[in-house]
Amino acid sequence: MATPQVQETQQQGTGGKAVVNDFSMTVATKNGSGSQTSNLTLLRALFKMGIPVSGKNLFPSNIQGLPTWYTIRLSKKGYLARRAEHEIVVAMNEDTFVEDLASVAPGGAFYYGDHLKFEITRTDISVYSFPAKKFAKESDAPATLRDYVANMAYVGVLVYMLDIDMAKIREALEYHFDGKQKPIAINMGVIEAAYEWTKANLTKTDPFRVEAMDETKDFIMADGNTAGALGSIFGGLQFMAWYPITPASSVAEGVSHNIAKFRDKEGQEGKTYGIVQAEDELAAIGMAVGAGWSGLRAMTSTSGPGISLMTEFVGMAAYAEIPVVIWDVQRVGPSTGLPTRTSQGDIISTYLLGHGDTKHILLLPGSASECFEFGWKSFDIAERMQTPVFVMSDLDLGMNTWMTKPFEYPNTPMDRGKLLWEEDLEKIADWQRYKDVDGDGIPYRTAPGNKHPRSAWFARGTGHNDNAKYSERSDDWERNMARLKKKFETAIEYMPKPEVQGDGAKIGIISYGSTDAAILEARDYLAENGIASDYLRLRAVPFTSEVKSFIDAHERIYVVEMNRDGQMHMILRLEYPEHTMKMISLAKHDGMPLTAKWVQEAVELQEK
Amino acid sequence: MTETAQMPNVQLNLVGLSKNDYRGAPTTLCAGCGHNSISNQIIAAAYELNVVPEDMIKLSGIGCSSKSPAYFLNRSFGFNSLHGRMPSVATGAMFGDHRMRALAVSGDGDTTNIGMGQFKHIMRRNVPMVYIIENNGVYGLTKGQFSATAEKGLRLKYQGLNPFTPVDVVEEAMASGATFVARSFAGDANQVKSLIKAALSHNGLAVLDIISPCVTFNNEDDSRHSYGWGREHREPLHDFTFVPREEEIQLTDFPEGTTTTVTLHDGAKVVLKKIDRDYDPTSRSAAIHLLESARDEEVLLTGLIYVDPDQPSLTDVAELSAQRPLNRLTETDLRPDKSMIDIANAMMF
Repeated sequence: MATPQVQETQQQGTGGKAVVNDFSMTVATKNGSGSQTSNLTLLRALFKMGIPVSGKNLFPSNIQGLPTWYTIRLSKKGYLARRAEHEIVVAMNEDTFVEDLASVAPGGAFYYGDHLKFEITRTDISVYSFPAKKFAKESDAPATLRDYVANMAYVGVLVYMLDIDMAKIREALEYHFDGKQKPIAINMGVIEAAYEWTKANLTKTDPFRVEAMDETKDFIMADGNTAGALGSIFGGLQFMAWYPITPASSVAEGVSHNIAKFRDKEGQEGKTYGIVQAEDELAAIGMAVGAGWSGLRAMTSTSGPGISLMTEFVGMAAYAEIPVVIWDVQRVGPSTGLPTRTSQGDIISTYLLGHGDTKHILLLPGSASECFEFGWKSFDIAERMQTPVFVMSDLDLGMNTWMTKPFEYPNTPMDRGKLLWEEDLEKIADWQRYKDVDGDGIPYRTAPGNKHPRSAWFARGTGHNDNAKYSERSDDWERNMARLKKKFETAIEYMPKPEVQGDGAKIGIISYGSTDAAILEARDYLAENGIASDYLRLRAVPFTSEVKSFIDAHERIYVVEMNRDGQMHMILRLEYPEHTMKMISLAKHDGMPLTAKWVQEAVELQEK
Repeated sequence: MTETAQMPNVQLNLVGLSKNDYRGAPTTLCAGCGHNSISNQIIAAAYELNVVPEDMIKLSGIGCSSKSPAYFLNRSFGFNSLHGRMPSVATGAMFGDHRMRALAVSGDGDTTNIGMGQFKHIMRRNVPMVYIIENNGVYGLTKGQFSATAEKGLRLKYQGLNPFTPVDVVEEAMASGATFVARSFAGDANQVKSLIKAALSHNGLAVLDIISPCVTFNNEDDSRHSYGWGREHREPLHDFTFVPREEEIQLTDFPEGTTTTVTLHDGAKVVLKKIDRDYDPTSRSAAIHLLESARDEEVLLTGLIYVDPDQPSLTDVAELSAQRPLNRLTETDLRPDKSMIDIANAMMF
């Protein structure tokens, strides 16, 4: 493949030298125009070239017509967080042309379709126009698909201008179209035509290009929602009920599209799972709770508004002690809020979801592969603890495609918890549903279908005694609530431990979930500026002892998260009131994935 | 593994259980409450059908009626769930061991006020379950407010006049595609029992709207949900006889041309002997027409209003194993083999 000649220029910041594998590029299109295929093709090709990449879809709540941006970051150092700046912008949307042009970093490159008739007012960047619609029109794409494949034009332009490996582009399309030769050929045709046109017509004046590396071979590309779905399938999911909601739908769809492939065996009589699309989130959680009661590994997936609707059931499941797994792929609230933007805004409300004294287990995946891990692990914890378990993902982690470690097969056998069947009851003379036999707060349970004459119990949200009988007695109530508190303390030993990095710095950063990439990068920048930091990534609430040790060991703790009020900061202060003064909240809630720069500046502001 | 009653001179059914084995805790509802007589008929039906209590689950929502599952079938698993949300719990619960029979009790408030949405959807999905609505037109536990089934013009002590059109449970059931729809009156114990038996033989959602008077808050003779009104205006649609699978129908008992026989899913039959009206309970349009005319005539029509024994139930649609219920599956059945992890990773890029 021809390498574009980089011309000597006097561009700001680059000193005229090539900038390789270290920039961001953003494509501005209209929602529903089919640009996602083009963007994912670029992302995947770069990944297959061995270059660390991340891609983020910044999209509106809309099916067609509103502006949407896709931003790809290449980082030879392996940084995967979003950057607010972009050196390359591809403008395909007249509605945002002016702001897109203005948004290019000085010294950057601006590409636009020549059907957009705007005056180019900037002289500090390289500007290229190309006939965006020509190649699709001249291709053998059916008329109905022409608008969709048209976006492949900018792929072809960028392949030439950035020196992307065309063979990897084909590999990405092979994957995307599942080997179907016709769409692959049509799309490749447009890309190649655009490539040839670019070669003949454009002269490169900017310094940005790519070069193959060897940094991605130990990784896969996955979105957290599909990863979580597959993890649930490996966790032995038996029942799922769900209701569509952005950004959680692809968890449930990931299960329903893939479960047969993994779980339907040759010659097997009957399915090993049931899936119901419910009429709303109240019904979705109700069904999952019913299934959990009947002895199944049951789950549902939703986002903040759905969590609100599930509140009453979750409180009851906690009190009646019914296992169920709930995925909360968080988006920006309150209310309908920003339904296609990311957030960690449900932490405190979910932790305490329900009326009366309720606290719940939250698992906090920080990567797509951890979504897979918590997909199966959440069932073990829910059945062991006989209680709802929440997996708190978010839109960025759930819906974007991430470079992540390959999924690992579960390393522990399934834990079905204290579930008794007929032969178990034969050995126990005086089984009582809510009796704390082992001193850990976790009682023994049975499930419908158990034929032992002493197996039945009556599940209820009303006050009950050890034997699950209705009781309004104060002593029964207090004893039961004290046992539930003890059970929650027992849960700590089953929680995934936090991941701790660094040792001996004065300041510590505590964070969780999809902020991980930004924190890792920010710590490097802070270190360059003389601020050493240690880092603890929470993986669950309630907190294990490592959290307290980490706080104990540092002079100042920065709790970094994506919400307004510093919700995890609040929980940490509640748990460790003696450390209230040294825990500082750094919270950002603009709906966008966190940037390292923001973290760095927020810490530096405090440390100065 | 049934525990047999050891006392002498106690009558046992075919599975070796006495009627006591089907009872529950003593009722805490008001003396004379229609719900208590329905509980008694549930006990009698299960005993007479020789159902092993461990083969049944019982469910309810919230309200007076929803308390009643505590008062029958002590040896069955039970779930007293949330107000208006019993249908969703039942839907999920049926996946655990779908071979079990499910019986749910709800009230008119639980079903047609707070729970209308879930009521409609459980019928749409044809969950194999008996869904009894103990219908008295009034909230009991919160002391006498109108429910959505209260008739327009009803006057209650603290509430005044109800100005709104009532919901007809049976018409709602027909509109939602329920596959077994019946109406009865708590004052007619035999009919209630026979309908429960037939409903338990149905493979799908069986709605029993049972007018079950509230003796404390809504039992004036001119109230549509009172004992007085029911006794005065009740019109059985037919003489209803339930014939279990194991019994032969003695056709000579029924003069030719006067009966309709419907075979239910498990082989049991219902024999409907004509009283006044010619009526085919397998016709949807006949059912809807009948309900409209009963409303115009101000009669409480009781009996089997509609049945379609051949629709697949939710658990049929779900293609569950007839031999092994989901909740008996183990790790070997549920966790893909280790080699499958490579397939999962290969699906990614």
